[in-house]
Amino acid sequence: MALYSNAPASYADHTSAPIEHRFNPYSDNGGSILAIAGKDFSVIAGDTRQSEGYNIQTRYARKVWQLTDKAVLATNGFAADGNNFVKRVKQRLEWYEHAHHKPMGLKSIARMIQTMLYAKRFFPYYVYNILGGIEEDGSGAVYSFDPVGSYEREACRAAGAAQSLIQPFLDNQIYFKNQTPETGSEPFIPGNLPLSTVLSLVVDSFTSATERHIEVGDGMEIYVVMNKGRTTDDLLDKKKLGPGMEVEELGALGEGGGERTFLVRAALKRD
Amino acid sequence: MLSPSPSLSLLLSNLNEFRNSYDSDNTTFSPQGKLFQVEYALEAVKQGSAAIGVRSATHAVLLTLKRSTGELATYQKKLIRIDDHVGVAIAGLTSDARVLSNFMRQQAMRDRMTFGRAIPVGRIVQSIADRAQTNTQEYGRRPYGVGFLVIGQDETGPHLYEFSPAGTAFEYYAHSIGARSQSAKTYLEQNFESFESASLAELINHGLSALNDTLQQDKSLSVANTSVAIIGPADPAIEDIQHSAAARRGYFRVWENEGVDGLLRAWRRSRGEPEDGPQEEAAPDTAAAAGETTEGQQPSAEQAQTAEGSENAPPGAPAGGEDIDMEQH
Amino acid sequence: MWKQRSPGQSSFNDYNTFPLPQTQRVQPSYAHGPTFHTQQPLVTGTSVLGIKFDKGVMIAADNLASYGSLARFRDIQRLHPLGQHTLIGVAGDMSDYQWLQKELDALLREEDALALTDSHPSLSPKNIYQLLSNLFYARRSKMNPVWNAVLVGGWDKVKAESFLAYVDLLGTTYTAPTLATGFGAHLAQPLLREAYEAKAGIDGTGPLLTQEEAEKVLEDCMKVLFYRDARSINKFQIATITAEGSTISDSKSADTYWAFAEGLRGYGAQTQ
Repeated sequence: MALYSNAPASYADHTSAPIEHRFNPYSDNGGSILAIAGKDFSVIAGDTRQSEGYNIQTRYARKVWQLTDKAVLATNGFAADGNNFVKRVKQRLEWYEHAHHKPMGLKSIARMIQTMLYAKRFFPYYVYNILGGIEEDGSGAVYSFDPVGSYEREACRAAGAAQSLIQPFLDNQIYFKNQTPETGSEPFIPGNLPLSTVLSLVVDSFTSATERHIEVGDGMEIYVVMNKGRTTDDLLDKKKLGPGMEVEELGALGEGGGERTFLVRAALKRD
Repeated sequence: MLSPSPSLSLLLSNLNEFRNSYDSDNTTFSPQGKLFQVEYALEAVKQGSAAIGVRSATHAVLLTLKRSTGELATYQKKLIRIDDHVGVAIAGLTSDARVLSNFMRQQAMRDRMTFGRAIPVGRIVQSIADRAQTNTQEYGRRPYGVGFLVIGQDETGPHLYEFSPAGTAFEYYAHSIGARSQSAKTYLEQNFESFESASLAELINHGLSALNDTLQQDKSLSVANTSVAIIGPADPAIEDIQHSAAARRGYFRVWENEGVDGLLRAWRRSRGEPEDGPQEEAAPDTAAAAGETTEGQQPSAEQAQTAEGSENAPPGAPAGGEDIDMEQH
Repeated sequence: MWKQRSPGQSSFNDYNTFPLPQTQRVQPSYAHGPTFHTQQPLVTGTSVLGIKFDKGVMIAADNLASYGSLARFRDIQRLHPLGQHTLIGVAGDMSDYQWLQKELDALLREEDALALTDSHPSLSPKNIYQLLSNLFYARRSKMNPVWNAVLVGGWDKVKAESFLAYVDLLGTTYTAPTLATGFGAHLAQPLLREAYEAKAGIDGTGPLLTQEEAEKVLEDCMKVLFYRDARSINKFQIATITAEGSTISDSKSADTYWAFAEGLRGYGAQTQ
């Protein structure tokens, strides 16, 4: 309840004009996000609960955002910073299109996000970002960021309240950590799992995080970005989706380069 | 004592002959109540190639004639997207248009960011008109040398406005600016009453007919020289909605090159003409280069201020203006 | 605020009809002592509640502005209409609230003036909410917060649906069919959600409460808050926003029951 909170007076900043107490401009709104890259697709997901302390503020607040036909961004941390950061990213993308008559590519968005985060190094956006989508070469990609802009491309990443629960699971399932190939068989290569397997991992990650963490739950939004020409059977086949899950195709935002973005919604426990 | 050298006095007398004593300073009225610099700016608009705007109860459409500055140059852009719901057609100096359209984009984004709404069309037009007006009242500035037709759609429906460098903004049912736009105006005045209830296809056909009337006799509308912008629900029969998310959503979209072919064919069919159009299309009119206007006296290699191209008039001759070729139509 | 002139701009207004004031109003802080931003709220209002019902949305707040634990102003209104179809309910610092009222009223007046020439519809509840979100976030980012938590209720004429959202001094925003600020988030929100979900279901697809039912649950919540929140008063108003516009009720009070207090032992100065 920041409305009535008072940070200790020792926070006072001695380098500027004296200020009596220090107002704490940050909050933590819980929730979790993750993204997993495939060979020709990328999956970016988040839950929809927004909380502060023990209060659930809302059961539906968006944390995952479609930026272009090839890029989806998930934000987690302080919700006000997250929303305003996404707003500024979208603003930059619009001016890029004005100037260049084409949408910004995924790796350029990633670099831009780095510079935007680092520009506020000394009053950071308290936000963990995960960017997923399709790279120029058609491969699925995931970029993860820390709040001040350090970033790298990975095969998968979890962030947020339940990062410590989900990331070890993904390390094991996506990076095959603590697994050994049978003698004589091919070595494991991360980032090549089929979409149906990835979707199951995402659902299991969130349902188990919901069981174990009070700040995760209510609902789940899973964005699937597919490269052009890829089959959609493994997503749209009703039998392959769990009960209560719904898929919706999000129409192209631009000229229609052939990439397709789908949104899968599912319920999570509300307690 | 010094007396002016013969050459200098000759120069002075020449200047006095050609120069109006009220036209060097845009803030001083002539005794006739004119601001000459403003009137010259309006001339710059007339030198630009034609732009037509039409509006129905559901749609607003811009139609423009593109010009190339030479064989080695691309066709000059005449249509500029401002936001999903606003776009402009320009006639006059392209560089001034760039500055003004950039300002409009900022205004549009400001409303998107602060209120989360599409800026009301009349207000964004008024904002550039206010800007243009200050240029007619402050010493040491020059008016913009460009006119706009602005189409847009907001909660009060589709709109068509004209912006002029004099600092005015008026709303129209149909309007035309640029070279030989009077011919188009004649067509529009005769037909505008049917526009309100017209379908998108009919509206575009009227616009193309008006645009056609601005052409010189030996010229015709083609995929190379025609571009069309639309705001309002798409018509899949004439638009390639497959390749335009903007069209599918009814937002501002531009059709040119192969994209405008379907619109031109539909128009020719409606006039009972051969669908493929007249078989000329030899080369883009290279002579259009002559239509350039520059701020300086001499055309130079590094022309900073290039008009977006006028009709093929020799330099110095009255470029395709209001009162030319009226009888022919 | 959002119409502020940026440095380096002309010293005349947009139409060059009058000079803008040049006096530097904010003194540099070093020379004249510390800069005083709102560091803590002084005169405060407590919880605001909001709930959607079948024909619109209701917002409730009591009439008290406290000075610390002193019940200082016992007849102030914390519900403020913004145009025909939007209304805010405000908790937190009451001087910041009054400043906010002034700014928003000025903005709406300007919009109304513009609408005289282009007949464009006035700002929707969502537009006003977006503006408030930006305002609160911008001020928190300057470390100079507007010390309030605000519920925005309204009727969206275009979509023909009700609107209810929250924004606070951190710029935190969210929407939900039932909302509560401050103590209300702990005490009233569970009751509001229970009543809402009893009819609408957890997915909100069922029928919503009627106007009478919504008013009843709000009155119950205000009573609970009066019992348990020491900064509340048993005098409150309920605003109702529907397609027809917004109305604010006269002040009313909940029926309370104190007879049980007679039997309480272990507190105070009883002799036995």
